[in-house]
Amino acid sequence: MPQLFRPSSNTIAKVSIAGVVLLLGSTLAVAYIMDRGPWTTSVRIAPEQPIPFSHKHHVKDDGIDCRYCHTSVENSGYAGLPPTETCMTCHSQIWSNASVTQPIRDSWASGKSIEWTRVHDLPDFVYFNHSIHINKGIGCSACHGQVDEMPLMYRVNTLNMNWCVNCHRNPAQFIRPRSEVFNVDYAYPPNQAELGAKLVKEYHVQSLTDCVTCHR
Amino acid sequence: MKHSLIPLESLVEPVKKQATDLQALREKLAAGRGPAFWRTLDEAAESEELREYVEQEFPGLSGQIPQGVDRRSLLKVMAASLAMAGAAACTKQPKELIVPYVRQPENIIPGLPLFYATAMPTAGYARGVLVESHLNRPTKVEGNPDHPASLGSTTIFEQGSVLNLYDPDRAEIVMREGSISNWPTFTGEFSTAAQGIVSRKGEGLAILSGATTSPTLINQMSTLLAQNPGAKWYIHEPSVNPAIRSAAKKIAGKNAFVAYDFSQADVIVSLESDFLNNGPAALAYARQYAKRRAIDNGETPVRLYAIESCPTVSGSIADHRFPVKSSAIPAIAYQLAKACSVAAPDAGTPAPDWLNAVAQDLQNSKGKCVVVPGEFQPESVHLAAWALNSALGNVGKTVRLLDGVEPDNTHTLEELTTDLNNGRIEMLLILGGNPVYTAPASLNFTTAIRKARLVIHLSQFSDETSLWSHWHVPEAHYLETWSDSRAFDGTTTIQQPLIAPLYENKSAHEVLSILLGKPDQSSHDIVKGYWQDQLKGANFEAVWKTSLHDGWIAGIAANSINAGGAVTLPPLQQPAISDLEVVFRPDPTIGDGAWSNNGWLQELPKPQSKMTWDNTVSISPKDAQRLNVTIGDMLKVTVNGRTTVGPAWILPGHVEGSVTVYFGYGRTASGRVGNNIGYNAYAIQDASTPWYAAGSISKTGEHYRLANVQETQTMAGRNPVRATELAEYRKTPNFPTAEEPPLDKATSLYPEWPYEGHKWGMTIDLNVCTGCSACIIACQAENNIAVVGKDQVARGRHMHWIRVDRYYAGNDIDDPEIYNQPVPCMHCEQAPCEVVCPVAATVHSNEGLNEMVYNRCVGTRYCSNNCPYKVRRFNFYLYSDWNTQSLYGARNPDVTVRTRGVMEKCSYCVQRIQEVKIQADKENRPIRDGEIQTACQQVCPTQAITFGDLNLKGSKVAQQQALPRNYGLLDDLNTRPRTKYLGFVRNSNEALSGNTRKS
Repeated sequence: MPQLFRPSSNTIAKVSIAGVVLLLGSTLAVAYIMDRGPWTTSVRIAPEQPIPFSHKHHVKDDGIDCRYCHTSVENSGYAGLPPTETCMTCHSQIWSNASVTQPIRDSWASGKSIEWTRVHDLPDFVYFNHSIHINKGIGCSACHGQVDEMPLMYRVNTLNMNWCVNCHRNPAQFIRPRSEVFNVDYAYPPNQAELGAKLVKEYHVQSLTDCVTCHR
Repeated sequence: MKHSLIPLESLVEPVKKQATDLQALREKLAAGRGPAFWRTLDEAAESEELREYVEQEFPGLSGQIPQGVDRRSLLKVMAASLAMAGAAACTKQPKELIVPYVRQPENIIPGLPLFYATAMPTAGYARGVLVESHLNRPTKVEGNPDHPASLGSTTIFEQGSVLNLYDPDRAEIVMREGSISNWPTFTGEFSTAAQGIVSRKGEGLAILSGATTSPTLINQMSTLLAQNPGAKWYIHEPSVNPAIRSAAKKIAGKNAFVAYDFSQADVIVSLESDFLNNGPAALAYARQYAKRRAIDNGETPVRLYAIESCPTVSGSIADHRFPVKSSAIPAIAYQLAKACSVAAPDAGTPAPDWLNAVAQDLQNSKGKCVVVPGEFQPESVHLAAWALNSALGNVGKTVRLLDGVEPDNTHTLEELTTDLNNGRIEMLLILGGNPVYTAPASLNFTTAIRKARLVIHLSQFSDETSLWSHWHVPEAHYLETWSDSRAFDGTTTIQQPLIAPLYENKSAHEVLSILLGKPDQSSHDIVKGYWQDQLKGANFEAVWKTSLHDGWIAGIAANSINAGGAVTLPPLQQPAISDLEVVFRPDPTIGDGAWSNNGWLQELPKPQSKMTWDNTVSISPKDAQRLNVTIGDMLKVTVNGRTTVGPAWILPGHVEGSVTVYFGYGRTASGRVGNNIGYNAYAIQDASTPWYAAGSISKTGEHYRLANVQETQTMAGRNPVRATELAEYRKTPNFPTAEEPPLDKATSLYPEWPYEGHKWGMTIDLNVCTGCSACIIACQAENNIAVVGKDQVARGRHMHWIRVDRYYAGNDIDDPEIYNQPVPCMHCEQAPCEVVCPVAATVHSNEGLNEMVYNRCVGTRYCSNNCPYKVRRFNFYLYSDWNTQSLYGARNPDVTVRTRGVMEKCSYCVQRIQEVKIQADKENRPIRDGEIQTACQQVCPTQAITFGDLNLKGSKVAQQQALPRNYGLLDDLNTRPRTKYLGFVRNSNEALSGNTRKS
């Protein structure tokens, strides 16, 4: 009786097994990269905006405070996006003929809003409140990164739930003095663990991990 | 007349079609063999079919499983669905735009709602409200705590009014004989037509409106009538009895309103009055009544006798309820008057045996009692009640006579019909209302309206009347326009709009202004102009602003009238109807039909019957037995030769020899929600006997499936309601738990949790809950709860987070005790739902909330199966309307709009808890007691619901949970519910002990 399998079958079998493992592994890897990578999370991808607004220029070069435009960040859940009127406070005088600022003037003349694309977009079942974070010593740059280095706005954090919960479980890691909340260049000191614990106590910061803290 | 009703052919009838053996049930209850508490006749009969039906987790589901599918195919489909669901989850977030203002208005901060004070007029009378506005979008109506007709509460209608604003079926444009027109064209043509009329001093001009108290409108009308003496103003309010006003006028000698003060009353006798739920002062009365029912500090509570034909909201909380025919009330009023030594004509019939005891009780509480006449009773009853109150020394104490705020010397719909038929009317201007539908059939209004040469109709919907009008002008919703209105006590509110008209909507002021020769005036200018004249003074702007802010104008109230004139009671007009009487009532949730296209109100279970989406013919168990009628049998109701056909509902407590029919249904031009459901009771109404009439009923042989919310669940023989007599309560204050074995809290599989921070809890006082159901609809508005439709309700899939169970008790099926029990989520400390969730979508918070995380829920429904209280609701389909753009506006942005396949339930309004927590935290202060109000608590007219922190020393909820009559629902399960109940204490009259039943 002749042999059913030729010697090469051994190799084919081994390669097949390895191939299946590799294929499965790479599929999972691709899925993971897709899920956690910028394609899904939009991290470091600046979406197209009607005006190429530069935080770098306005914050770093001009030294404008965050709250000049995001007026309700200390009081409301929403930080607030400036009305055209705010843009016009300066741009009726400076760069008032530039083509990049044309949409501002169009909006002002027509009364039609400028439609920005949301960069930090949470799912609709998440209820985030800016004001309480600001009041508890969580700085702007803790989530939004160093916007003064961004010519175009993009996300630096995934905004995934594990990212949120990382801080909610241990706020001492990221808390800073209230006076430094709007400081975009703030660097956490080497003794953050110690300082953080002190601030958490001082500001009555709670480690809120109940689902209803964010989901309702 | 043909009636098309919603067919539910696909639905398997859960309970047997043959009639419950009512005689056997009656004997069983009388012998004390029945359950102590029951909600439906089948439950009382403990029928096998009902038991089988309710044992299914979601009854009625079996009818939906397709036949002929084998196990293998089913598994294939399931596996494919699972894979697809997984794949569907792999999605990228869609792009979202941010659209900031061009010029941001002052005070508007995105994310922080604003509240504006205004008022909603109901049958003309104002109830002050505060309306929540998110970026100028009204989303929720709350009562105005400073307004005397609201006191912070609202009825179901104020809550439902938001949905009407965003109703996609609202009229949007001016129509001329069925074709699209516009406001300028209308203004032009109407002005031209009006000129002819004005040149003849108004001869041939008729204006028909609903009841109104608007000072501006009354002023406009007075000016118009002064300029045009030939014109006439007619008023038709279909669900208001004109006898109330005519009696008040006879008593005071002028335009007046009889108001009561129940906060000083020891004894109340209601002559078929639903004073806690119906009428311009109902919310104030409910608050006063609740205050007088306090018992926990040794007070003696008020005693309420309700004498009525059909159980009402007020009757359900009465200490003694006497079922009496509506037509027999005048005689009883006279007999009561005689028994209290008031001169009254002979009633002709012997007084019922209980009457002397009631009269004695009244005489024992002189100056501290009230006799309330029924809203739908004739003038004689109102006069008799006044005479009784006078003789008992109540006038000036518990009864007050106030200056009337409605216009005087107007005409009625009957007069309008006569004038139309005589050809006297050339131009008919209808300002609101739907007379073609609401006119009693005997008037033949559709024939009469054709006699007018020009009919102009202003209304929110293009309805039955619009079809008979030459012009239809879309009316502005009260949240869209400026106006004013007055409360029963004369408190005057400037109604300010929350939003610009969504469509080409106009107010009655603007239409009248055309007739007055000023076609370009806006409502704002008209109203403000009027008040500028009234409130003369240098600081008008300041007064105007304060009035808008507060919701009422300071210093304007009706004067009290010192009534001196004695009332002479007229002889009885007609004896009680000896055969069958047909009682006409506005529908409890749809009213006179104006709310018919409102899905929230359609799906709101009607107090007492717990019926949704239909009006029924309410019939007593005895009559049902006599005619062999079962629930859902179609009955032909005949009055004066006119007939209508409606489904029967056997209502325990309804008097024998009487059936009640309800207005508001059987509409043909209501909209996609209200069209072609129910029967039209106006079709058999006679203008001469509008509220009760002799009639007859017969079975048609047809059967109709009703959607009732109380037949799909059962409490399986437990005692959810705890009630006792006052004397018994004094002996055993802890009566609800006295007979229960002590709970062994140590025996539990779950670990103990300390709850060191907040510990949220709720109490519901059954002693003051009237079952009005405002909590259900307030919850619906606050929490974006979807409407599911009749078919789904009949399958037990209604979505209300709080339900109000109505229980019957006692051994008399014909006159049972009635109890109301609101049931939200219990937020059990050891919640059975949580342990069975495979994906941790329902978990416990540190503060004791039973959380529901929609985005985690995969819809196994294990939690619902394991919930002993059956308070969880599942989205079997995509119930939330995600397609109709206009409905987006009505939603609360602080609550997720749920999708198909997720479970939901009461969250204790966690969005409100979080909001207050954040605010208090930012201000670095503790949360104050009462600072967080759940939607159900805030709306409750009797303040039966209390919410708060059980760990906060001295909080109201902690105090209430420490009361002896506090108990938990199904406490023996050791679920440790955070929602607790306070037992009901009945203040029976010992002299009537033969008439009371011990539960």
